[in-house]
Amino acid sequence: MLEVNNLTKRYGKLVAVSGVSFRADRGETIGLLGPNGAGKTTTVSIISGLLNPDSGEVLIEGKQVRSDTDPVKLRIGLVPQDMALYDQLSARDNLTFFAALYSLAGPKAKQSIADALHLVGLADRAGDKVKTFSGGMKRRLNLAAALLHDPQILLLDEPTVGVDPQSRNAIFDNLETLKKRGKTLVYTTHYMEEAERLCDRIIIIDHGKIVANDTLQELHKLLPVTNVIAVELDRGDGFQAEKLLSLPEVKSAELSRNTLRVGVHDLSRGAPGVLRWLAENGHTFRHVASEQPNLEMVFLSLTGRSLRDS
Amino acid sequence: MIPFLALIRRDLKLFFNDRRAVVVGLVVPILLASFFGYLFGGQGGNAETSKVAVLVIDQDDSAISRGLVAQLAGDSNLDVKPSTLDAAHDLVRKGKATAAIVIPKDFGRDAGRALFTGETKPEIGVLYDPSHHVELGMVKGILSGAVMQAVSKEMFSGRTGRDVVNESLARVQSDPQMSEPNRKALRDLLGGVQELNQEQARSGAAAQSPTAGGLNIPFQTKEEAITSGQNVEYNGYAHSFGGMGIQFILFMGLDVGITLLMLRQTGLWQRLRAAPLSRTMLLGSRAVSASLMAGFILTVLFSFARVVFGVRIQGSLAGFVGVCAAFSLMTAAFGLMVAALGETVEATRGYSIMATLVMVMLGGAWVPTFIFPKWLQRLTIVIPTRWAMDGLDGMTWRGLGFSAAVAPIAILLGFTLLFGGIAVMRFRWRTE
Repeated sequence: MLEVNNLTKRYGKLVAVSGVSFRADRGETIGLLGPNGAGKTTTVSIISGLLNPDSGEVLIEGKQVRSDTDPVKLRIGLVPQDMALYDQLSARDNLTFFAALYSLAGPKAKQSIADALHLVGLADRAGDKVKTFSGGMKRRLNLAAALLHDPQILLLDEPTVGVDPQSRNAIFDNLETLKKRGKTLVYTTHYMEEAERLCDRIIIIDHGKIVANDTLQELHKLLPVTNVIAVELDRGDGFQAEKLLSLPEVKSAELSRNTLRVGVHDLSRGAPGVLRWLAENGHTFRHVASEQPNLEMVFLSLTGRSLRDS
Repeated sequence: MIPFLALIRRDLKLFFNDRRAVVVGLVVPILLASFFGYLFGGQGGNAETSKVAVLVIDQDDSAISRGLVAQLAGDSNLDVKPSTLDAAHDLVRKGKATAAIVIPKDFGRDAGRALFTGETKPEIGVLYDPSHHVELGMVKGILSGAVMQAVSKEMFSGRTGRDVVNESLARVQSDPQMSEPNRKALRDLLGGVQELNQEQARSGAAAQSPTAGGLNIPFQTKEEAITSGQNVEYNGYAHSFGGMGIQFILFMGLDVGITLLMLRQTGLWQRLRAAPLSRTMLLGSRAVSASLMAGFILTVLFSFARVVFGVRIQGSLAGFVGVCAAFSLMTAAFGLMVAALGETVEATRGYSIMATLVMVMLGGAWVPTFIFPKWLQRLTIVIPTRWAMDGLDGMTWRGLGFSAAVAPIAILLGFTLLFGGIAVMRFRWRTE
């Protein structure tokens, strides 16, 4: 369905994307996970034809986009990171305009618009101007605008940036519906929870390079630990997490604000040792919990940096 | 075709959706054009605004000086008010009066003598505001005529004239240096004038005498404003509405460019570029919508000018429409060029506003180009607005035929191609 081969894009000395290759099959959801500036948006821009790569190619159903008007572009729907709507127009007028860009008019356009509005739950607000919408509603309409010409591949560039949890869940529901309809989704995000929830396969990208490309289960196997003890310290400043690595059961230790995350293989043997060490060294704590390993840890393990702190 | 029309429809919808901007965009040029039109003569000239304010200080208070003041006051080009020397100095210095005429003591007597014998001429002082040197020439011309008329009138029919003639005759008789033939000729002339005076005094028929009004200027002018036809008066609003229309359409074109520049930085541009649309369609649709908006503005302005100020297209309607269409296209291409050459919105806004104002000013949209120095007038042939103004003036109040619109239309279309070509070549399509 979508094949990306060895994409490279430079801006002067800065290499934005370097040798990026992956494929996405029909009905598959691919997550491009990485911190800001990792090269996710550049990759999506090249796939959608907004940017020319310095080298490499993008094949959509085996065909390259040859020109601005190439019909292959009809196979792609783009949901840009920035809101791509006219605030002064109504939701319906916006969608009518975007439908017309794909030569949709008349009853066919009306039907597409009604379907898209229904999917994102904005049918009852169709006649309202976009400037009266909340951020979450705008994000949903932004998604609807990319669906009008019924593209097979949907490129979603951080589609939940700046929305409240309720709207985010609504968008996730919309995307799951689309997935069930067999659409191929390429989803960029720096929120690991989104990638974990939505994606069949996750491509971790950092400094323009792919550092991992696998299913969530397989990515977890890359971690040296199977359990994490999360300890909320009373005072985190000055705490040196690496000292915990001297304990035999501890495989990783990371402090983020006041929360200490310690990776261990065996929870029943590792947890008492860690808590005892904290108490003996004068570090009081207010909460202890165990966590499953997540993509944050995978990213940390692969790049040596935290996804959030990058 | 569906996407092309949708793109145009979107631009027009966005333009008309902002009703406040549309109203302001039409009301402001109408107000300015009405004001400038009034200043530049309005409908058939505006005598009130063109009168020159002149003060008169009569230090002589003789029959001749009073006659002179009356002559000046009767001139339709002057707004004459009596004053004192100190007050006149103050008012002219402050710009409240253009000039002040000081009639010195004994002016009547000395002027009469100087008329017949060439003796020392009395001096009339003229105080003037140096920023009004053009009007000074006019005031001096009117003053000369008025003095000749007032002095000669008194010399041929007044009491002062009789006294001066008698006195002059006596001097002619007693002047040892005068040759005999000259003496005889002057004696005959003055004697004739004396007889005429005495006869008029006896019969009381001075008022009916052919010389009762003094010497007359032996010609008069017949003025005819060459406009589109007989009995069609010059309408200053035609020029001002054309000028303001051009100015505001240029700003609208500028706005099109800036908006496009801003659009490139948004997700909307990404969505447009992701759609299967050609570059020609994206830029072309914007050029067409901008042209339609420009056409709308010109239509509203000239409709208003027609209804309220009686501005008529006295020349070729086809030529008028052609000039408007060519200028609208040129404006759209100018806007696209701004978007193509601009780096940042802020910097582009700054230099393009400057360029627009220069085009408006040198094109004669504010004031007619004939007041510019010659070298600057020659320079304006490279300014597209100059051709638009020439075309609109030609088709409105000058009442010229279509042939007079051909050059402006061709040149404006040439500028359209130039600006459009630069826009297409330099436009940065990729969002880096």
